[in-house]
Amino acid sequence: MRDIWQRLPTRGKTFCLAALAAAIAAPLVADRYLLSVLILVFYFAYLGQAWNLLMGFAGQLSLGHALYLGLGAYTATALWTLFGIGPWIGVFIAIPVAAAAGMIVGWLGWRFAIEGVYFALLTIAFAEFTRIGFDHLQITGASAGLFLSVNSPGSDKWWNLGGGPLLYYYLALILAAAATLLVAWLRRSPLGYRWLAVREDPEAAQAAGIDIFRAKMIAMLISASMTAVGGVFYGFYYRNLFPSQVFDIGRSIEIIMAPIIGGLGTVFGPIVGAILLTPLGESLTALMQHFGINTPGAKSIFYGLTLMVIITLQPSGVWPWLARKLGLDRPRA
Amino acid sequence: MTALLTIDGISKRFRGLAAVSRVSFEVQQGDIFAVIGPNGAGKTTLFNMIAGALPPDEGSITFAGQQIQGLRSDQIARLGVGRTFQLVRPFPALTVEDNVIIGALMQTKTVHDAEKIARDTLARLDLFDKRAQIASSLTLPDRKRLEVARALATGPKLLLLDEVMAGLRPTETDRIVATLRDLNRGGLTILLIEHVMRAVTALASRILVLHHGAAIAEGNPEQVLRDPAVVESYLGAESL
Repeated sequence: MRDIWQRLPTRGKTFCLAALAAAIAAPLVADRYLLSVLILVFYFAYLGQAWNLLMGFAGQLSLGHALYLGLGAYTATALWTLFGIGPWIGVFIAIPVAAAAGMIVGWLGWRFAIEGVYFALLTIAFAEFTRIGFDHLQITGASAGLFLSVNSPGSDKWWNLGGGPLLYYYLALILAAAATLLVAWLRRSPLGYRWLAVREDPEAAQAAGIDIFRAKMIAMLISASMTAVGGVFYGFYYRNLFPSQVFDIGRSIEIIMAPIIGGLGTVFGPIVGAILLTPLGESLTALMQHFGINTPGAKSIFYGLTLMVIITLQPSGVWPWLARKLGLDRPRA
Repeated sequence: MTALLTIDGISKRFRGLAAVSRVSFEVQQGDIFAVIGPNGAGKTTLFNMIAGALPPDEGSITFAGQQIQGLRSDQIARLGVGRTFQLVRPFPALTVEDNVIIGALMQTKTVHDAEKIARDTLARLDLFDKRAQIASSLTLPDRKRLEVARALATGPKLLLLDEVMAGLRPTETDRIVATLRDLNRGGLTILLIEHVMRAVTALASRILVLHHGAAIAEGNPEQVLRDPAVVESYLGAESL
């Protein structure tokens, strides 16, 4: 950990500390609406880190991360509504459930040499048929949804992830900051190097003694587990779950936007992407409401256009470019 | 003296075409062993079988007393066989140093130690000053050296070199030859495929000649390069 900090240029250290201080102090000045936007920024930064680990570092394209999000969300909320087991315990059951799903997808794909686009299709397929499964699972309310009651005893207590926006704000901030630290540390670990090798050239990676199947499975394990934690947050923040929303392909796409815009395979890309994208998307929604326009899918069109612009202007994402401009990139030793 | 690598009757067919048929030879500890032969003779196929990239259809490969045929290439690498690829395959988006660190992580658990090994290896191959460059920005000779550096950083007992001199200018060839000689003096056993006879004659202590997938001659360079069968099938035009 200390090593990562020391590697940052002085300007980068100042910048990180200033950003963190601003994030901690933000609720003093931000109103409820702004706070809700910032919660989404951190939420997408967090999920972006989780997905970027698998795609940006290990080079494996998943278009079905909604699967792990949804399993995490459903596991923890169902444990709470059905058995009264709180989310701080529930999360430790949600993680292995989502991780197991990730292992199944990874094993099926990589054991049978399903790579690239075909692997991505496999991830979509799993998310889709899990959605259909949950649509018919009576115990979690099937397609009518699962709701977290607001007046059952203890549901408004922080230890049950209930409460005001401040709780969710700081929780999302901690998740995003912790995920960033974890990814920065993993990047400089032997595992991180192995992932990069697998991403760059699997055959050459094998020749360098790397068990590529194992490396990919570990990436999936961590990525799916992190996403499940995001799912628990999602479940208790929105307090209602519908299979058609949480397992939707649109949900998966939403997760991957921030890291792609910000910069695949970079530590700060998902954060930068989330900071750029979320407020833009939210103001679009607000604007449309203001003018009384109700076009479903407008946000998707907006995401699509943003993606096209970024890919044309900065194919490697905003962060690498921004880092150069601000002089924050690693000095070349 | 026991052999470091024993190849016993290995064959590989691709849809009925015998790429390698019943080739046997031994590489002794400390040898520089060259495999030569015209294009399509099966040299790279032979290499890929030793490195585990292709399973042989028959025969056995014994490395350091252990049968390795059928193992995965990463398992074989971890046993101590380092390799380069004929068409160089550095990790393109990574720095030169990170490329070699990845190799070095095979012999150490910490990135700190791997960095140290990587820097030593890069210095050895005259790439130290270029360590912060992105691998894809290197010139072909440098990429070939990087390929050797990455394989070397894994700490191999046996280094497989697939045409590392091809496409290099004579002065660059001589530089690599000198480096390889140096490594060999340090105890490294080398098995190389090479077309550049200048390098083969300068380096090899033993030569195997492949032709249409079969071994047609084996021995020390003086014997092999005078062998009428070899001269006819392979050296013919070149040796004149």
